[in-house]
Amino acid sequence: MNITLRVWRQKSRHETGHFEEYEAHDLNPNMSFLEMLDVVNEQLTKAGKQPIAFDHDCREGICGMCSCVINGEPHGPENKVATCQTYLRSFKDGDTITVEPFRAAGFPLVKDLVVDRSAFDRIMQAGGFISVNTGNAPDANAIPVGKEIADQAMDAAQCIGCGACVAACKNASAMLFVAAKVSHLNLLPQGQPEKSKRALAMVNQMDEEGFGACTVTGSCEAVCPKGISLSFISKLNRDYLGAMLFR
Amino acid sequence: MKLNSQIPGGPLAQKWTNYKDHIKLVNPANKRKYDVIIVGTGLAGGSAAATLAELGYNVKSFCIQDSPRRAHSVAAQGGINAAKNYQNDGDSVFRLFYDTIKGGDFRAREANVHRLAEVSANIIDQCAAQGVPFAREYGGTLTNRSFGGAQVSRTFYARGQTGQQLLLGCYSAMCRQIGAGTIKMYPRTEMLDLVIVNGQAKGIVTRNLVTGKIESHSADAVVLATGGYGNAYYLSTYGRGSNATAIWRAHKKGASFANPCFTQIHPTCIPVSGDYQSKLTLMSESLRNDGRVWVPKKKGDKRAPGEIPEDERDYYLERKYPAYGNLAPRDISSRAAKQVCDEGRGVGESGLGVYLDFGDAINRLGRKVVEERYGNLFDMYHEITHENAYEQPMRIFPAIHYTMGGLWVDYNLMSNLPGLFVIGEANFSDHGANRLGASALMQGLADGYFVLPYTIANYLATQKPGSRPKADTAEFKAAEKDVADRLNKLLGIRGKKTITEFHKQLGKILWEHCGMARNKAGLEQALKLIPTLRDEFWNNVNVPGEGGDLNQSLERAGRVADYLELGELIVTDALARDESCGCHLREEHQTPEGECQRNDAEYAYAAAWEFTGVGAKPNLHKEPLVYESVQLAERSYK
Ligand SMILES: Cc1cc2nc3c(=O)[nH]c(=O)nc-3n(C[C@H](O)[C@H](O)[C@H](O)COP(=O)(O)OP(=O)(O)OC[C@H]3O[C@@H](n4cnc5c(N)ncnc54)[C@H](O)[C@@H]3O)c2cc1C
Ligand code: FES
Repeated sequence: MNITLRVWRQKSRHETGHFEEYEAHDLNPNMSFLEMLDVVNEQLTKAGKQPIAFDHDCREGICGMCSCVINGEPHGPENKVATCQTYLRSFKDGDTITVEPFRAAGFPLVKDLVVDRSAFDRIMQAGGFISVNTGNAPDANAIPVGKEIADQAMDAAQCIGCGACVAACKNASAMLFVAAKVSHLNLLPQGQPEKSKRALAMVNQMDEEGFGACTVTGSCEAVCPKGISLSFISKLNRDYLGAMLFR
Repeated sequence: MKLNSQIPGGPLAQKWTNYKDHIKLVNPANKRKYDVIIVGTGLAGGSAAATLAELGYNVKSFCIQDSPRRAHSVAAQGGINAAKNYQNDGDSVFRLFYDTIKGGDFRAREANVHRLAEVSANIIDQCAAQGVPFAREYGGTLTNRSFGGAQVSRTFYARGQTGQQLLLGCYSAMCRQIGAGTIKMYPRTEMLDLVIVNGQAKGIVTRNLVTGKIESHSADAVVLATGGYGNAYYLSTYGRGSNATAIWRAHKKGASFANPCFTQIHPTCIPVSGDYQSKLTLMSESLRNDGRVWVPKKKGDKRAPGEIPEDERDYYLERKYPAYGNLAPRDISSRAAKQVCDEGRGVGESGLGVYLDFGDAINRLGRKVVEERYGNLFDMYHEITHENAYEQPMRIFPAIHYTMGGLWVDYNLMSNLPGLFVIGEANFSDHGANRLGASALMQGLADGYFVLPYTIANYLATQKPGSRPKADTAEFKAAEKDVADRLNKLLGIRGKKTITEFHKQLGKILWEHCGMARNKAGLEQALKLIPTLRDEFWNNVNVPGEGGDLNQSLERAGRVADYLELGELIVTDALARDESCGCHLREEHQTPEGECQRNDAEYAYAAAWEFTGVGAKPNLHKEPLVYESVQLAERSYK
C-alpha cells in the first residue's frame, strides 16, 4: 500500500515548526506504524535529509516511550494500544496520515515528535512510593491482599506513563496518570500509612508542573493504551478530599 | 592478567553467610563521603541505586531513556523465580540452585548461583512490601506458576507484566531517593567511555542525548547495569535501545568479557513476517504451562491446523522429553523447533514456525480461565498477526532473547578492573550456557538489592574517603577527546549505506553462523565477513545530522560500530569452545539424538577474553569451574 505522511518537524523548542509531506510506497499492511517511520527515515537518510526524531524502545506497548498523535488522536485510531502497536492495516491504501507530537504545556517539545515528560517523574518523586528500605520487609505472605483488591491495584498499576491522557485532554490535565499512580498504592494495605500524604503531595506537584484542571470529560480514558478507568479519578478525589479534611 | 574469582571458603551453603560476617564495612558517617556511579536503571541498576542511596551513599544514576522507568526490564512478561516453597511442592534453596546450575549446563560458578538462590526469597518480600501487585489467591496469599526447566511452581508474577511491575517497584524506591537528594538522576544520557585512574575505575564520560554535550563524571566506584547485547543480531526480543556500548567500551579499557557466545534463543516468539521487521515479539514462556507445541507428522503438510487430525500431529517436546514435556528448557526447545523445521515440517508461509496450541487447555479449563491467565498475550498476538489464538494455534519460532555472557566478574561482582562492578544481564555470572525462564529478573534484583550493597562496601572500605579524582584530570580529558573524535569521525564519513543496512547485514551473519547451531567452517567464514563489513562501515556509512542536538542516527551508529567489534568476539569465542553446551551447539559435538555433547575435561571453564586491539586476536584467560557440591552430569530432561 501507499501512504502520504504529513509530519510535524521542529528542530528544537526554540524554533518554529511546520508540517512536511512524505510519500511512502510499497508498504505491507502488517507493518507497524513505527516501522513505516523507519522506512521513511531510511528514504530521508538516503536523500541526504534529516530523519524524523521519534521516541520508541520496546515496540510492544509496555515501556511508554512512543508518543505520536496520529490523525489528531494520541496513539492513533485503535483503542487500547500504543503507537508502536498500531499497524498499517488500520489505514487504507492512499490515505494521508498526519503525525504530530504530544502537545501540552507540561510536556515541552524536544525535537520533531519527541517531547519532555520529566514532569511525570517529578510527580512520582513527590510521593509515588511506599517508604520501605531494602531489607525491612516482612514475609510476603504476612500481608494478605484479597484477590479483588490485588486485581484492582494491578488495573491501576498497569499505567505505562506515556502521557497520552494529557495529550488528549483539552485542559492538558494529568489527572488520569496521577489517579492511576495514587490508586495503585492507596488500594493496597502496604500503602495505607502514607495514603493521605501521598495523595496531597502528588496532586500538588501535578499542579506545580503546569498541568490543567480535570473536568472529567473522559477523553483520557478513551485514548489510554492500557484502558485505565476514569473511576480511579473519583478514588483520587476521595483520597485527596479526605486528606485535606484531616490535614 | 590473573583472574581471581574470590570465592569464599567453607561449605557451599555457608559461603555467603561467612562472607558477610567477615567483609569490610563502611561506617554510616563515612558512607555519604562516597560517590557511586550506576549506569542503567533496569532491575539491576534501579534496585542498586535505591538501596545504596538508602544506605547513605551518594548515587549518580544514568539511563538512555527519558525516564528510569522505561529501562528494558519493563518488557519482561512471565515472572520471577524464588525458592519460597509457598506451594509446598518440594522447592528449596538447594533445588533452585541445582535447577539453575543444571539449566546452565554446568557452565556457571557454583558459589554465585547458590547465593542467588539463597537471597531469592527476600526479593519477593521486598517487592511485596513496595506494593508490587503480584497475582494472589482468593485468600490473599501469593500464587505461582511454572516455568521451563523446573518441576516445581516457584514463579511469581503480575499478570503478563511482571517486569513492568517489578521495575516500577525499583523506580518508586529510586523516586523516593531522588526526591530526598541522595540519587542524582541523569536520563537521556549515554555512557560512552570508562575512565581509569591509577589502574582503578573512577569515572565515566557521557553524552547528553538532547544537547550533545560531552561530560565527565568521577566517583569512588562505577557500576555497570546496562543489560544484554543481543541486539548485535539485529532482530531480537530486546527493546530497540538495548545495546552493548557501555560494557564494550569498558572491555576496551581492560575489563574481560566472559563467554560472549552464550546467547539465548527463546523458543516462543512470533515468527518473522517480512524484511521491514524491526523487532521480534516474545510470547512468554508461561504460555507453555497450558499450550502444547506441535507440527504435522508429514513433511510439507499445508492443511490448516484444525484439519490435521490428532494422530497426524507430532507433539515433539512431549514425545522427546516426557518428564518436562512442553516445559523443556529454552535451548532444548529452540533446537527441537529448528530440527522439525529443517525436516520440512515447519508451519506458516515461510515454513519457519511451529504451533503452540491452546485447544486442549480451553476444553479443559474453559476460555475464561485461559483468558484470565494469558489474555494480554493473546491480545498482543492478535495485534501483531491479526490471528485469533483462541480459535487457531499460535505460530511461534525461536528468536534471540538474552545474553548469558557479559563482563567477567568475581564473587564480589567486581570485574578484573578494581572499582568497576557489573550487575544484571551485563555480567556473565549466574546462568552458565543457558538461562532458565524467570531467572533474569531474580538475578537483576538479587544483585541490586541484596548482593552489591554488601560487596561494594568491601571495595570502598579500601578507598580513602575524599580520595576520588576530580573529573578534570588528564585521564578524563583524554577520554573526552577520544569520545568526541569518534563521534566526529562517524559524522564525517557521509557514505552511501545506512546504519540499518550494516546492522541487518551483521545480524544475518551472526544468526546464520553463530545462532542455534554452529560449526567450524561457518564460524571461520563469519570471522572473515565481519571485519570486512566493519571496514566498509567505517568508510561508507551515512550518519546524517550533527553532534550538537538530539541525533538518533548518531546514537545508533555508535552502537552498531560497537556490535561490529563485539560480533567478532562472539564468533571467536564460539570457535574456541570446541564442545557443545547449553545454547552453544557445535554440530561437530552432538549425541545421536542431536543433543549437546559437553567436554568437561577440556572446557569446564569460563572463557574471559582480554581486548588487545580492534581486529587483533584477543587473549583468552580461563577461569576453571570447580564443582564442590554438584556432580557434573549429563543434562537430561527425559
Ligand atoms: C521481551 C522480554 C521478556 C522477558 N521476560 C522475562 C521474564 O518473564 N522473566 C525473567 O526473569 N526475565 C525475562 N526477560 C529478561 C529480563 O527482562 C532481562 O534480562 C532483565 O530485565 C535485564 O535487566 P538489567 O537491569 O540487567 O538491564 P535492562 O533492564 O536492560 O536495563 C539496562 C539499563 O541500562 C541503560 N543503558 C544501557 N546502555 C547505556 C549507556 N551506554 N549509557 C547509559 N545507560 C545505558 C538503559 O537505559 C537501561 O536503564 C525478558 C526479556 C525480554 C526481552
Ligand atoms: S515503544 Fe514501548 S510502548 Fe511503544
